[in-house]
Amino acid sequence: MPSALINVPPKARRGDIIEIKTLMSHIMETGYRHTEGGDRVPRDIITAFSCLYNGVEVFRADLFPAISANPFFTFTTIAMDSGSFEFHWTGDNGFSETASAPITVE
Amino acid sequence: MTDRTMTEPLTTRRRFLTATAGAALVTVLPVADAQATPEMLASAIREVVGGNVVRTGKVRLEIPPLVENGNTVPLTVNVASPMSEADHVRSIHVFNEKNPQPNVGNFFLGVRSGRAQVSTRIRLADSQRITAIAKMSDGSFWSATADVVVTLAACTEDVI
Amino acid sequence: MRLFRAIAAVLLAMAVMAPRSWAAGIPTADRRSGFSFMGPDTQAIQNDDTSNPGMLWVKDGEALWNARAGAAGKSCADCHQDVRAGMRGVAAHYPDFDAAEGRPVDLEQRINLCRARHQQATPFAWESRELLALTALVGAQSRGLPIAPKADGRLASFIATGRDLFMQRQGQLNLACANCHDDNWDKRLAGAPITQGHASGYPEYRLEWQTLGSLQRRLRSCIAGIRAQPYPYGAPELVALELYLMQRAAGMPVETPAVRP
Repeated sequence: MPSALINVPPKARRGDIIEIKTLMSHIMETGYRHTEGGDRVPRDIITAFSCLYNGVEVFRADLFPAISANPFFTFTTIAMDSGSFEFHWTGDNGFSETASAPITVE
Repeated sequence: MTDRTMTEPLTTRRRFLTATAGAALVTVLPVADAQATPEMLASAIREVVGGNVVRTGKVRLEIPPLVENGNTVPLTVNVASPMSEADHVRSIHVFNEKNPQPNVGNFFLGVRSGRAQVSTRIRLADSQRITAIAKMSDGSFWSATADVVVTLAACTEDVI
Repeated sequence: MRLFRAIAAVLLAMAVMAPRSWAAGIPTADRRSGFSFMGPDTQAIQNDDTSNPGMLWVKDGEALWNARAGAAGKSCADCHQDVRAGMRGVAAHYPDFDAAEGRPVDLEQRINLCRARHQQATPFAWESRELLALTALVGAQSRGLPIAPKADGRLASFIATGRDLFMQRQGQLNLACANCHDDNWDKRLAGAPITQGHASGYPEYRLEWQTLGSLQRRLRSCIAGIRAQPYPYGAPELVALELYLMQRAAGMPVETPAVRP
């Protein structure tokens, strides 16, 4: 049950630069750790994150093992129209999660 | 109360020594892994910039000079740019020097971003230099570096 | 005469170095949360609910609070209603005495007792995501409230046990909790400041663990760190220590879910 925490201002004025924060639950296992027996713990990370604003991609990130567990991103976008943000996370072992948040732009 | 014999000395060099959530039976020990070599770093940067010149400037790296724990280091990259159609940041690429592999993250922006600024939290295996390279809409590359000191925690945290 | 004075001086030094009674501990005015020992960047992670990874578990906890469980097919909400109203201030007085068990229990044990007694559900494993999520959820409902242990006579002997455990030297390093956390806080150990060891933000997101963890996990790590045999999860010694720690931190605000290095 991976949870995501999203912070999108519910209201904004057209043309404002708004800040979006996202936090996704994920262990981000680096693939560089070993068990006591010497076996490598396999990599299990989120590899890609994207944000769409009314269907248009406004931010995208490639993630590597150097991104901390429970990946956190803060980025900005210009408030254009009312509608919604969609967030996508994909990664190893078929990981795929989506979240969304509405916005009213005056 | 018998004292447990520790298999690892308290001052073992460690990297990402944390418990795997839920997998309580797995004891994870630090083993010397291949570190990113300067060649790997150079090669990773070359993959992004090709043969182009990388100039210093425009990019600002905000990272604490001394971090309490290398597992979660806050990082903000900021690029001075009007983010207009004519002049904006296309992408920001962050590299490290001493983790097992040189890439940290690539961030893709555009004219809708408003500001060229990204914050995240990264892992640093050791005290090292972080490099951020911005690719601009005119095809130019700009960079900045920051040196970070990573202190070790007081007690090693084996899974127990 | 000089020998006598030398012996007296040594005895005096030993008395000074001996663990103080719990009434002496850290003067109330000098008490500081572990929060104050962290750098501003780490503090910022705790202060923002969208950046505090502990809040992911609180969110998971909300789902669990409303989920039907066990043979009784009841959710926490069925008895306790809305968690915000029903659980406000509860974590601030845990561990607390359980009459049926005849001993104090901590919040994790309380949740599992509820599951067994009222939901007829199997208890969650220690450090499982579910147990951490529910403990974080309940703990968060006391955030900002002062730690307020109950003045319950039945707790007295357990508090005394906890205090004794806090004061006793143990392990290969022959250290007592008090040696670091009462006597040497703010000094540095391998580059990191020693805190006063107030357990005001558990379960907490420890950067070292990269996940949320319970106070019992932290106590076990510390005890292993001084090279002593850690008590198993759920041991009465750990609950007694938790109970003593809450007395020691009485009045300080709950910070659950805290972020610590």
